[in-house]
Amino acid sequence: MDDYGTESDSDYTSYWRDWFISSRGNEYFCEIDEEYLTDRFNLTGLNTEVQYYQYALDLVTDVFDLDCDDEMRETIEKSARHLYGLVHARYIVTTRGLAKMLEKYKKADFGKCPRVMCNSHPLLPMGLSDIPNLKPVKLYCARCEDTYNPKSSRHASIDGAYFGTSFHNILFQVYPALVPAKSAERYVPRVYGFKVHAAAALVRWQNGVRDDMRRRLRKMEVESGFKDGEDELDEEDDDVDEDEELQQQQQLTEYRGGGGAAAAAAAAATGPSVGVGGEAQMGSVA
Amino acid sequence: MSTSSGTPESWISSFCSLLGHEYFAEVSEDFIEDDFNLTGLQNQVAMYKEALEMILDVEPEEDEDDEEEEEEDEEDISGDVRDGPGGRERRHHSRVASDLSVIESSAEMLYGLIHQRFICSRAGIQQMSEKYELGHFGVCPRTNCNQTRTLPVGLSDIPGEDTVKLFCPSCLDVYVPPNSRFQTVDGAFFGRTFGALFLLTFPEYDLSRSGAETTANLGRAAADEHGMINGMYARNIAPGLGRGKIYEPRIYGFRVSEVARSGPRMQWLREKPDDVAILDEASNFAEEHGAESDDDDESMNMNSGRPAARRRLAAANNPALRQRQGQNGSPMNVDANGAESEL
Ligand SMILES: [Zn+2]
Ligand SMILES: [Zn+2]
Repeated sequence: MDDYGTESDSDYTSYWRDWFISSRGNEYFCEIDEEYLTDRFNLTGLNTEVQYYQYALDLVTDVFDLDCDDEMRETIEKSARHLYGLVHARYIVTTRGLAKMLEKYKKADFGKCPRVMCNSHPLLPMGLSDIPNLKPVKLYCARCEDTYNPKSSRHASIDGAYFGTSFHNILFQVYPALVPAKSAERYVPRVYGFKVHAAAALVRWQNGVRDDMRRRLRKMEVESGFKDGEDELDEEDDDVDEDEELQQQQQLTEYRGGGGAAAAAAAAATGPSVGVGGEAQMGSVA
Repeated sequence: MSTSSGTPESWISSFCSLLGHEYFAEVSEDFIEDDFNLTGLQNQVAMYKEALEMILDVEPEEDEDDEEEEEEDEEDISGDVRDGPGGRERRHHSRVASDLSVIESSAEMLYGLIHQRFICSRAGIQQMSEKYELGHFGVCPRTNCNQTRTLPVGLSDIPGEDTVKLFCPSCLDVYVPPNSRFQTVDGAFFGRTFGALFLLTFPEYDLSRSGAETTANLGRAAADEHGMINGMYARNIAPGLGRGKIYEPRIYGFRVSEVARSGPRMQWLREKPDDVAILDEASNFAEEHGAESDDDDESMNMNSGRPAARRRLAAANNPALRQRQGQNGSPMNVDANGAESEL
């Protein structure tokens, strides 16, 4: 291994851990300090959770010297990976661990939020359960406060318990300055420029929920964290109602008729903003 | 390339089989050959006529009469300018050579713009629904959407502004396609309308069904009886949102308070009323204010402002009124309304 011994916080070379965190698919893990791993207190309870616990721990800390066949070696290797994951969940909520994960977060090592309105905000790995073998790892976006599936199947099969349900929330509690500004910006489905009634009605209702929350927070003198100014709170529901909405199935079918009608309607609905195309089309329709 | 029949692949099918073009439907020649469908596109692309010929695999029409020229075409395309008889012809040919890449990119732009219209036509949306069923457009990355299949959309109808995105009918949000090869595909080639139009065109689609769980639909048969709200089946209104589908931040099992600096602020985005019937503003309004009289139909398009809008909503949900509107609702009518609302 090329990078053998490159990580040297201590003069100890962490062969196994180096190999583990640099393996393909293990990009979400940070390196657990030697100190942390060798303090038995930190491993409380894991001996019953991991098969061949002592051998696995020896392997992780590079003191494994059991002479055994390949099959046994493979079993212990598997246990070592499981042990590392379980310790990892505990380690990343320590001061050192949080700092290491924060570095990775800043480099977007965990990927970026797929939601368009989140503008590629970096993600954090998380578990939906703290119990191993239940749910695979998910990714949390602090901007939209939602969870997403990893893109790669290699990542999608990692146990979520190796990150746990608390880590990403603790991170922002410890580093409140890192909480990203929230935005009310959102996607509104449209058909030929009209808002779709069913979706628009839900959007209006959700906006009401949001405004209630913002008023609640204002009353308690808590910052809402929205980048859009606080003052627009009372006036914003108007613009939603002003726009025309498309609500009728029948009208719609009528309107689509054939492709031509659709094209014409598209040009008409986008109106002046479409420029040359729109104008030309309007002309030829009339 | 992969033709077993021996006939050469058409420009359209080879375009659609390019890497990154998986979302495109194959626009039918009938659609392209109907000039009405192309209205306004002449001014949007350079070398329109040549581009259109390329798309339709039509041999370029020669201005000059000579037959021999066609045979020479192939070698001259390579761009060699040799001395030879007929300097005029040669000039003509070198123009073709240098313009070929312009025509090629014009053809792609033109195809994209036609495609935006085609997928909103009856035949086009049908073809897209087949691709949808085959899972060509991928699934929503949001955990609580349970792999709901997404639809390719643009955030703008104007080319060059943004790349193609994926619209999830389950959370009504838009996402960046997972593979970077789609980050060079123009969103305008799909347009703003297609995604929502798809939902309105196929209201009976079981959107809550996902690629992963097709058997878990037993409980949903009952939900079907809820019927339509605001023109959509209740079960199809954002099935990925609402109670149980909203992420609750917790630390060691305790919910993070809203009052905390890092507390939840975005849950409204994934909220939905437990009973979606309260979103039926029109019938709620009608209940509060008594049934609307038929006369309101007249004032519908003339008034502006909120009361009129409310009344219009009421009318929309009144079956009798809807029918009348449907009968005299010509495309031109709607165009006029649409244009007005944008001005
Ligand atoms: Zn996000
Ligand atoms: Zn979704």
